[in-house]
Amino acid sequence: MTIRKIAALAAATTLGFSLAACGSDDPTEASGAPDSNSSSDTITIGSAAFPENEIIAEIYAQGLEAKGVKVKKKLNIGAREVYVKALQNGEIDLVPEYSGNLLTYFDPEATATSADEVEEALDGALPEGLETLEASAAEDKDSLNVTSEFATANNLKTIADLKNVDGLKLGANPEFKTRSYGIPGLEKVYGITGIEFTSLSDGGGPATLKALLDGDVDVADIYSTTPSIVENDLVTLEDPENLIAAQNVLPLINEKKATDEVEDVLDAISAKLTTQDLLDLNGKNGGDEKTAPATLAKEWLTAKNLI
Amino acid sequence: MSVVSDTVDWLTDSINHSGTDGIPNRLVEHLGYTAETIAIAGIIAIPIGLWIGHTGRFRGAAVALTGALRALPTLGLLTALALIVGIGLTAPLIALVLLAVPPLLAGAYAGVESVDRQTIDAARAMGMTELQILRKVEIPLALPIIVGGVRSGVLQVVATATVAAYVGLGGLGRYLIDGQAVSDYAQMAGGSVLVVLVALVLDGIFATLQRLATGRRPQKQTSPA
Repeated sequence: MTIRKIAALAAATTLGFSLAACGSDDPTEASGAPDSNSSSDTITIGSAAFPENEIIAEIYAQGLEAKGVKVKKKLNIGAREVYVKALQNGEIDLVPEYSGNLLTYFDPEATATSADEVEEALDGALPEGLETLEASAAEDKDSLNVTSEFATANNLKTIADLKNVDGLKLGANPEFKTRSYGIPGLEKVYGITGIEFTSLSDGGGPATLKALLDGDVDVADIYSTTPSIVENDLVTLEDPENLIAAQNVLPLINEKKATDEVEDVLDAISAKLTTQDLLDLNGKNGGDEKTAPATLAKEWLTAKNLI
Repeated sequence: MSVVSDTVDWLTDSINHSGTDGIPNRLVEHLGYTAETIAIAGIIAIPIGLWIGHTGRFRGAAVALTGALRALPTLGLLTALALIVGIGLTAPLIALVLLAVPPLLAGAYAGVESVDRQTIDAARAMGMTELQILRKVEIPLALPIIVGGVRSGVLQVVATATVAAYVGLGGLGRYLIDGQAVSDYAQMAGGSVLVVLVALVLDGIFATLQRLATGRRPQKQTSPA
């Protein structure tokens, strides 16, 4: 996450300046109006400070705008601690979230891992005034990846198949060594023991990828929507036992703003959003093309016939 | 619970006293990286430094080069190297050697330079070859400053060798990086305390060596009254 955070911080700083510069001449805002949030028909959309989340927020914003909902954007806010607070005190009304992390934020003791369990547990864990809408199939979570050669040579499809590999070398973030979804979970849930663990502190970034491609590690933990997975033809191992908690993308919204109209639009978006879409969108945003989130959102909504 | 008592608990917990993650093993790894780095840097820097000091050639270039090397950010360099040579010991060793070369080189040439010109002239007048002058006059007289350069290099390397953990190696840096990953601040503080202690102990050892080196210098002849 570190590299992501730094990049996001830089982006947030830049955005902060540009917001400060143009915030006052928003044409939708009557001059002298007390506070736009007090008008019940405007919905303020926030996002976490990393590109993927910003793209999804743009998709929500443009999707809602297309159906005539008044939208204000306050993107790139920062970490969960910051934007959840902003949501609770009404500075923003809607933010794209990830189900598993959102659950452990409100309930650190939560043990639910499958998509359904997580959603159910979320219902109980969310504080008053906030609710989540229909979750999408799209997930951004830790995923265990191998090269396609290694997968073929060892006949690997799921994490369970790793049990048959002797002297398995695994590279991941340092927390993988102690967290329940990491080494302890591989042993407990899948019975995989004797793993040689290499801790790589770049959050599944270029150093982790190089270690995997060089064969320094056999398995690498890379976030499931990282374009390098597709670019290098990596095989993401399936997780039939739900060792790694589900992280489905879903809208976290202020209950008061969740009108039927808003819910319909967001549900329609969630119904079509997939992990593959996020991979493509991240690839176009981060690769050579460097397409802006707003442009990507528009392209996606158009392709899915949502605007 | 205060950070201080948590840290003391972490340092004294017997769980941390054995095994791969134990303090003894991490300490040995850390000292190993430091020793390897200083050995490689010494093989490169000390002969070159002695030669520069003896001949006075390329002194300007050496000063400029060591200045530039000192300005290199080790973690950035390590990350870039890891992307080129991959994970393993090579990348951190190169990064740490580049950190250690400037003080060792500077100690060697500054030490030889500091030797009184008249002494060297006298040695030459006695018929010593250039190599004999270097071995029997310049190096013994320069030794305290050379050891001082090594002392400064060792301190920098032992404090910076924590970066090795960033690319998956061991050493005391593991505690800093693993601790941060799971918000275990006692572990991070404990690791930092260990690095400080090791640095202090090594500095004490080198201070003693430096004093011994000073003592080994040829005794000054007391001139008859």
